[in-house]
Amino acid sequence: MGLSAALWGPLGLLLSLALPPAVGAHTHRDYCVLGAGPAGLQVAAFLHHAGRDYEVFERTPAPGSFFMRYPRHRKLISINKRYTGKNNAEFNLRHDWNSLLSHDPRLVFRHYSRAYFPDAGDMVRYLRDFADRLGLHVRYNTNIVHVTLKKDWQAWNSHYFILTNQKGQVYQCSVLLVATGLSVPNLVDFPGSEYAEGYESVSVDPEDFVGQNVLILGRGNSAFETAENILGVTNFIHMLSRSRVRLSWATHYVGDLRAINNGLLDTYQLKSLDGLLESDLRDLAIVKDAKGKFHITLGFFLEETNASRSADAIPLPQDDNDNFAMRVAYDRVIRCLGWKFDFSIFNQSLRLSSGSEFSKKYPLIRASYESKGTRGLFILGTASHSVDYRKSAGGFIHGFRYTVRAVHRLLEHRHHGIPWPCTEHPTTQLTNSIIRRVNEASGLYQMFGVLADVILLKENATAFEYLEEFPMQMLAQLETLTGRTAKHGLFIINMEYGKNFSGPDKDVFFHDRSVGHTEDAWQSNFLHPVIYYYRHLPTEQEVRFRPAHWPLPRPTAIHHIVEDFLTDWTAPVGHILPLRRFLENCLDTDLRSFYAESCFLFTLTRQKLPPFCQQGYLRKQGLVYTKSLQQHGVESGLLRDYATMGQVLEDSSRQPGDQEPVNQPLGTGHLIHLDSNKEEL
Amino acid sequence: MSSDFHVFRVGVSFVIMCILYKSAEDPLPELSPQKYFSTLQPGKASLAYFCHADSPSTSVVLEQLNEAVRPLQDYGISVAKVHCVKEETSRYCGKEEDLMKAYLFRGNILLREFPTDTLFDVNAIVAHVLFTLLFNEVKYISTLEDLQNIENTVKGKANMIFSYVRAIGTPEHRAIMEAAFVYGTAYQFVLTTEIALLESIGSEDIERAHLYFFHCNLISDLTQQCRRTLMRQPLTTLNIHAFVKTMKAPLLTEVAEDPQQVSTVHLQLGLPLVFIVSQKATYEADRRTAEWVAWRLLGKAGVLLLLRDSLEVNIPQHTNVVFRRAEKEVPLEFLVLTDIDSIISYVEDNVEMEENKDSDVEDPDLDIQDDEVAETVYRDRKRQLPLEVTMELTEETFHATVMASDSIVLFYAGWQAVSMAFLQSYIDVAVKLKGTSTMLLTRINCADWSGVCTKQNVTEFPAVKMYKKGENPVSYAGMLGTEDLLKFIQLNRISCPVSITSIQEVEEYLNGELYEDLVTYSSVSVLGLFSPAMTTAKEDFTEAGNYLKGCVLTGIYSEEDVWILANKHAATLPALLLAKHKDGKIESIPLAGTPAQDIVQIITNALQETFPEITVENLPTYFKPQKPLLILFSDGSINPQHREAILTLVAQKHLDSFTPCWLNLKNTPVGRGILQVYFGLLPPLPLLVLVNQHSGGHVFAFPSDQSITEQNLALWLKKLEAGLENHITILSAQEWKPPLPAYNFLSMMDAATSQHATGKAPGRMKEIDVQENDKERHEDKLTVKKEPVETLRIKHWNRNNWFKETEKSLKPHTEL
Repeated sequence: MGLSAALWGPLGLLLSLALPPAVGAHTHRDYCVLGAGPAGLQVAAFLHHAGRDYEVFERTPAPGSFFMRYPRHRKLISINKRYTGKNNAEFNLRHDWNSLLSHDPRLVFRHYSRAYFPDAGDMVRYLRDFADRLGLHVRYNTNIVHVTLKKDWQAWNSHYFILTNQKGQVYQCSVLLVATGLSVPNLVDFPGSEYAEGYESVSVDPEDFVGQNVLILGRGNSAFETAENILGVTNFIHMLSRSRVRLSWATHYVGDLRAINNGLLDTYQLKSLDGLLESDLRDLAIVKDAKGKFHITLGFFLEETNASRSADAIPLPQDDNDNFAMRVAYDRVIRCLGWKFDFSIFNQSLRLSSGSEFSKKYPLIRASYESKGTRGLFILGTASHSVDYRKSAGGFIHGFRYTVRAVHRLLEHRHHGIPWPCTEHPTTQLTNSIIRRVNEASGLYQMFGVLADVILLKENATAFEYLEEFPMQMLAQLETLTGRTAKHGLFIINMEYGKNFSGPDKDVFFHDRSVGHTEDAWQSNFLHPVIYYYRHLPTEQEVRFRPAHWPLPRPTAIHHIVEDFLTDWTAPVGHILPLRRFLENCLDTDLRSFYAESCFLFTLTRQKLPPFCQQGYLRKQGLVYTKSLQQHGVESGLLRDYATMGQVLEDSSRQPGDQEPVNQPLGTGHLIHLDSNKEEL
Repeated sequence: MSSDFHVFRVGVSFVIMCILYKSAEDPLPELSPQKYFSTLQPGKASLAYFCHADSPSTSVVLEQLNEAVRPLQDYGISVAKVHCVKEETSRYCGKEEDLMKAYLFRGNILLREFPTDTLFDVNAIVAHVLFTLLFNEVKYISTLEDLQNIENTVKGKANMIFSYVRAIGTPEHRAIMEAAFVYGTAYQFVLTTEIALLESIGSEDIERAHLYFFHCNLISDLTQQCRRTLMRQPLTTLNIHAFVKTMKAPLLTEVAEDPQQVSTVHLQLGLPLVFIVSQKATYEADRRTAEWVAWRLLGKAGVLLLLRDSLEVNIPQHTNVVFRRAEKEVPLEFLVLTDIDSIISYVEDNVEMEENKDSDVEDPDLDIQDDEVAETVYRDRKRQLPLEVTMELTEETFHATVMASDSIVLFYAGWQAVSMAFLQSYIDVAVKLKGTSTMLLTRINCADWSGVCTKQNVTEFPAVKMYKKGENPVSYAGMLGTEDLLKFIQLNRISCPVSITSIQEVEEYLNGELYEDLVTYSSVSVLGLFSPAMTTAKEDFTEAGNYLKGCVLTGIYSEEDVWILANKHAATLPALLLAKHKDGKIESIPLAGTPAQDIVQIITNALQETFPEITVENLPTYFKPQKPLLILFSDGSINPQHREAILTLVAQKHLDSFTPCWLNLKNTPVGRGILQVYFGLLPPLPLLVLVNQHSGGHVFAFPSDQSITEQNLALWLKKLEAGLENHITILSAQEWKPPLPAYNFLSMMDAATSQHATGKAPGRMKEIDVQENDKERHEDKLTVKKEPVETLRIKHWNRNNWFKETEKSLKPHTEL
């Protein structure tokens, strides 16, 4: 017990009381997952498929407990697009925001709901099936109440994570994957904040709001969702928040206000009594009058006044300023301010701290989703959103299902020596590989700006390795994280919106917003593929001090595939040709494809062959044209019709090898004048 | 048509200059006559335009004059607009509006007056002013006699620059005057506008301006003519400058250092260097050659004599010319060129190519498809293929289908040109096999069903796989064409190797009767003979047969009476019988202890002919051994005597180091293209050529005046071996570089950010827009922003600022 005494020592009595006597009799797992929500189940599915030793701990008796209560009005705002007109399953995931990734085609959300915005109950059912069908190891009714570290040089990360549940049972884990989401409602402390009802408990029955004046604090989707529900029965709803409403169709961030919830904006702008106001909540105070109505005042008015004075005597802004906007009395105040991560169960030794001012509600992590303070501790799912908060979809199922996969791939390499999966191809397949991915990959599309495909060139650029969905901010550490080498240059394939296109106050419908010409592709505004070329792997410094608004350091060359209305980037001249030219110029080679006949001609008339002939024709896999293709080739001028080429001359005046007398002074003795009207093809 | 366009372009460029200068120009000082004359300084030149105070402020002359302020300032010439007030009595003030003139003064001495119509644009202003000031330096002549007189006076003393321009005041004239301003004291400048004079000295293409450099300095004998070098580039100030620099550089330099380290003025000017490799023994002759080359390449490349004996770096042994491009980091080219002409043409071809490249960069049409496969497939996109002859598979039907029947699956992607080109051949195969084959032909579009394709391990398109019940799928690895695929499918109708059960059957198998319809696809029938107990040997053979699936017919016979066959074919068991259907011969090879791999090798070797007809399809097979190809080109089938001669040589082992073959232009018309590369013209056939692609790329031709007989050929080959034969051409060793540049989005983004941080950045502006701007310009000057101009035609801007540019490039030199 010496070891545990030393470890627990500083933590004092409280803990040792909580611990049951049999501390040593713990269960060991290589991977422990906290929470059986979407992210927890997702990582469990990958661990399970890879045959790893893992266990998921879930506080409630079933998976997805969040969705049992939330959203309060039961309508999910993640789209369930059942038809896209395409059969490609990978492509269809681009428009399926609810499914998790698995090998089981039945576990696709469209089989669970017909609604475009499905009911939360369907999500609960889906998650339960997901856990059951895949046989995931989930320990339900197990509330992990404390997590701490135990140093051990034998451990994968030189320490174990020691988890204690509500019954005092202890689990020892080599790697801890935290997928607990954001579970603590956000509170703002101001005088009278206790009068506000929380989103988590407010009634969802519109009848309870009939003829009332309602004030809602917050301007997120939960606030608008609440408003939407009672819009028709209240006298009016006022919404109060610190800053302007951010519309997700302007910011291209799904966490901002979705159009499905913005009914109140419509009535506000159409002079229907409802309204939006901006003010810092911390400056406010709510005062309850004798009739039980709520009045809004400013915090410093209260400070000035004697606290003992009755509510009616407290000065209100309208006393001085008789047109103060919130001078009416409210019947209810509802707080809809979102959630934050529950830090409370983590011992200080884990050094899990909250993020910066803008992402305070999230724990601070690296772009590899590993905690900055503790090796082996990963944050997954909604709680990992600090990496791409307000940028991409990492806080939502349709985003984190891919980042979870990325984490799993990193772990497979780190602990099991399995390098990041990749396919290897000859250079002739470079254009094809990129075109294929930008047209079907869902991870790139959903996690734009966060996960990117990486192409690692082999020596002399004759072949390459294709790695999918690598966390691009970790680019400098690519070799250690993936086990692949990047010595000969690399391409990064990312999806991007136009640089100045997205933003809360941007007009995203301006005239000429879309670009059609390939030469203007760099000005594309809608999500489009961007390819970066680096001669050398960028260093950590270069990634950190990259130019403002750039997702990556300045590349050697960059290519934008012009935005496409149909997101179908397969146009031969509009999309593929410019990409090929870009790749050719990066690699300084000719990446065209040739028919066998052309390769035959090159083989006998040139010392070098283009890659396509080398890797195809010379390996007896040349492409033979059909009659009609040949005709088109001749018409286009790209092929010659040799059969009709000038008939063989019967008596050529100029004989091969014919040596004419030389009429110039000649030096090196054996210089001979030969056929001077040689003609290059 | 093209001239219209040209005019339009010029118009555009002026518009741009206008815009530019409008916004960024020192204003034209406006002075009274008194004031003006008081500013004149002795020795300083000044151009003044006199006009009435009440005249409109924006006349064409004033605009042009405004633009000329800066260029003239660069030559120390000031420009002013002088207001003639009514009561002013200055004699320079004309009486009427249309009599207004410009005057050029040096100090307060009037040099010349210019009617305003001579000053039609900024080029004319600069040209006229400099022409006046450089009156002594630039001789204007109109007859051939004048030219000869001047030439005679400078012989032995100086060099001369003679130029012809169509008219005074043209941009070319301005360029020459600007050059004369710099070089006027160093060279005698002579100018003419007489076409007749130009014609009389033998110029061609007299439509355009010409500039000749007369090398008179070194001439001692007055009866001798000065050697002339014509400048090939368009007459611009920068080009003239570069040209004069190369004329000034030593004609020939001797060096004994690493060619990569040598630096001359040529490289700085973007011209390549030609090193003539010399040895002590041939020094005198080499030097003469080099001088000759140098004269011919004057102005196009720098020529140096590289002394090999005192050289420390290694250069390939036979190299006699080293070519170094002006671009950095481009490797040296070591050449073996046989005569001066080929040196010249090599350099000219390469320089020309660079020029072309330059012009491409200026306005390349990057959007024109140059991929033959992509273009042909695109052009064919509207043709309806009988796709229904093949079964389209989906994720749902794939497994059921390939499990239920023997199937061929084509994996393709609808957007990928190569797959779509091959799909056509695939459909052709299906049409040919319709109703005859037990094999089901199917296809799956991986653009739709990427999951299925990935699971089948298909990550590149197109791919063909054969699925047979109870067997692992087999990938097709042959040519992507109808013929080879058909062969693969047909030969796979029977198992490989196929079991043969009776002596009778063996006979039929070997003479091709057993599988009559398949013999056309397999020139050889292979039969393994084993006694029943030879299990290991049988296994090895079966493995080899499996490996050769779809390439060749293989059979196995392993009955008790196998000894009968062994005796008949004089084979020791285990043995391999190879029946070649063409000549009806049966060869036997002992197989004892031969591993499967070697059996495969034996069979593949047997499939190769000793003197094959080479075709597009089979060249890779014969090319693989990396031996020089000895090709007999024939228009139609081959002359039997020629075949005999070559086969005899083969038999005598004279051709062991070559791959002898022949090419039938009727079957392989692309052979004409090959002959054209070798000979320029199509030579009379038949014709024997030796092509050595693998070492040096030399091509030798058998003398066509000799008949192709065994003796002549043997003699020729001996000579070749001894290095006594000369090659007719060397195959280009050029690397396959990108055919065209790509859009440089990085620099476009840079340009946009450096310009302004807000709003939509300007893209490539269309010329038509500029013209519109031009219209608006008069109405609202403020709307003419600087913005479009900067990203636009930096070139035009440079032209006006040429002096600065020249100054920069001249810095290391002393002329200025």
